[in-house]
Amino acid sequence: MSRDKMLLAIREALPKEATAIPDYQPSATSFDVVQKFIDTLVGIGGAVIKVSSLSVVNDYVIKHFSGQRVVSLVQGVDSYATTLEADPHLLENVALTVVPGAFGVAENGAVWITDGSMGDRALPFIANNLAMIISAQDIVPTLHEAYQRIGADGYNFGTFIAGPSKTADIEQSLVLGAHGPKSNTIFLLA
Amino acid sequence: MMGNQPTQDHATRAEVFNRDEARVDWHDKTLWFIRQKRDRAAWTIPDWEALRDQASAIKDNVLSNLHDYLISFEAQAQRNGVVVHWAADAEEHNEIVHQILKRHQVSKIVKSKSMLTEECRLNEYLHDHGVEVVDTDLGERIVQLAGEPPSHIVLPCIHWKKEEIGALFHKHLGTPEGNADPTFLTAAARTHLRQSFMSSKVAITGVNFGVAETGEIVVCTNEGNADLGVQLADVHIACMGIEKLIPERKHLSVFLRLLARSATGQPITTYSSHFRKPRPGQEMHIVLVDNGRSERMKHHSFKNALKCIRCGACMNTCPVYRRSGGHSYNYAIAGPIGSILAPSLDMKQYADLPFASTLCGSCSNVCPVKINIHEQLYQWRQVIVQAGYVSKQKEVGIAAMTAVLSRPWLYRYAGNVGRWFLKTFPTLASNKINPWAKQREMPAPPSQSFRRWYQDNRKKK
Repeated sequence: MSRDKMLLAIREALPKEATAIPDYQPSATSFDVVQKFIDTLVGIGGAVIKVSSLSVVNDYVIKHFSGQRVVSLVQGVDSYATTLEADPHLLENVALTVVPGAFGVAENGAVWITDGSMGDRALPFIANNLAMIISAQDIVPTLHEAYQRIGADGYNFGTFIAGPSKTADIEQSLVLGAHGPKSNTIFLLA
Repeated sequence: MMGNQPTQDHATRAEVFNRDEARVDWHDKTLWFIRQKRDRAAWTIPDWEALRDQASAIKDNVLSNLHDYLISFEAQAQRNGVVVHWAADAEEHNEIVHQILKRHQVSKIVKSKSMLTEECRLNEYLHDHGVEVVDTDLGERIVQLAGEPPSHIVLPCIHWKKEEIGALFHKHLGTPEGNADPTFLTAAARTHLRQSFMSSKVAITGVNFGVAETGEIVVCTNEGNADLGVQLADVHIACMGIEKLIPERKHLSVFLRLLARSATGQPITTYSSHFRKPRPGQEMHIVLVDNGRSERMKHHSFKNALKCIRCGACMNTCPVYRRSGGHSYNYAIAGPIGSILAPSLDMKQYADLPFASTLCGSCSNVCPVKINIHEQLYQWRQVIVQAGYVSKQKEVGIAAMTAVLSRPWLYRYAGNVGRWFLKTFPTLASNKINPWAKQREMPAPPSQSFRRWYQDNRKKK
């Protein structure tokens, strides 16, 4: 009922002529995308580790998270999981999850991931630490190129994650690990 | 000092905030620091001004096609398996949300930050109907525990000192008395709120952007509280004002480049989540709310206020907001943008807000979607005076000013008299009747008027 009433009211409020959206072409960027990505992400509390192969990532995980629950969604990195519990609440004890990222954005240190590669949508948010793996070739300069790359992708859920969960609500003091992961590590495959 | 107004006005409420001078200074400096961070972030983007123009143009397009975009958005969302609701006003919005909760028989839910639900007073409504809402944004949780509304749309407890938060947490969360360490308190809140995330069947979120082309919604947070709430719940309810729509997914690039940089100086929020389809087995609802927006669209002078993306930059830069605190505005959205949004909801109740400004224009200069905020403040003043909603005190002052300023001979005479009075009785102007004399010293009056000085100097030449 309210639907029709609202739509009518909105139609009556519209100007006679609709305004068009002008063409917008951002100016070309000149920075080195890999270096910019690293600098930006480190600046917002994330960490970047350049690696030559997945086995280096695997060694890192074993060294830093032995004895803790690790969920890896990348084959070749321990502990690779092909299936997860149906109930996302059971992921609460995950100390580290390793997720394949789609690509990174140099200007803001964000990595794009979609539901197809995160095992469970809750995983990147409930794990205590989040690591994502992207190829150094998969870094775009700005969000403009990022959305060109995403295009009409039919993801069900997608998110840009830039650094660890954080808050500065108490007197503007930055604290990492508000509700989500306390750390955010990007393994750059080159 | 309340004039004829039914409730306290902004100046009176600001006076309460101004009693603690040290706190005002600190509040002022903290917000200015955030404004400076915003500047530094903006300067890193060579296209910044072009982005602002583009964002403003996209929103113009939205406001002139909103009918069709809403229909497209609804159709796409439904195709994605989302239930779309339409609420003409706050009351209907609250009822819709409550009905969903009733159907799922829940008495406690989690909610991430949503200015719309503040505008609709959803928390109070649900509380009265036996549902406890747990605000999960840390700042919002702090003010909620204190029984206060947020004082800033991005930084809800910017007016709180850490020692006070420590005492609040000691009382409500059982943290050790006297511990005011932000890291420790944040960790305590994390543990406390994790319990709510783990047990809540329904999560409510706001919406930063809705995409007409795809039916998806985008929610931005730094804490991850929206995502954690939604991904652990059986039901996701997203509440959005109809003006949150943008035409196409690709336009998100323009707005997401502007939003966090304008808000806090960050290059982007930690999470920018795009919810298109509910997770398998989950229910997803979107409640589209008008609540005065279509009415506002009809007013050519004021409709641009609907472009707002709620970054809070205008608050951080505003000399009045920084020194009067968010609560002095008595509306869910404080500061310059709140002062032009509130009167279109209730001109009489919020008649004081457009006067809570120096009209310096700083708000318009930092606005990422180029809303002419200070011009609208000035236009609202005229509308409000014409409608007769100003206090008697202000009305008399305006009438006297008009009388003097429209008669040059009287202006000259009044100037002479005024200077003589100030010299002879310096305390006369610094009394309690003159609101401008609060927290201010009167300057020494000049010996002659500018006019006199100009005439004398001309002669010398």
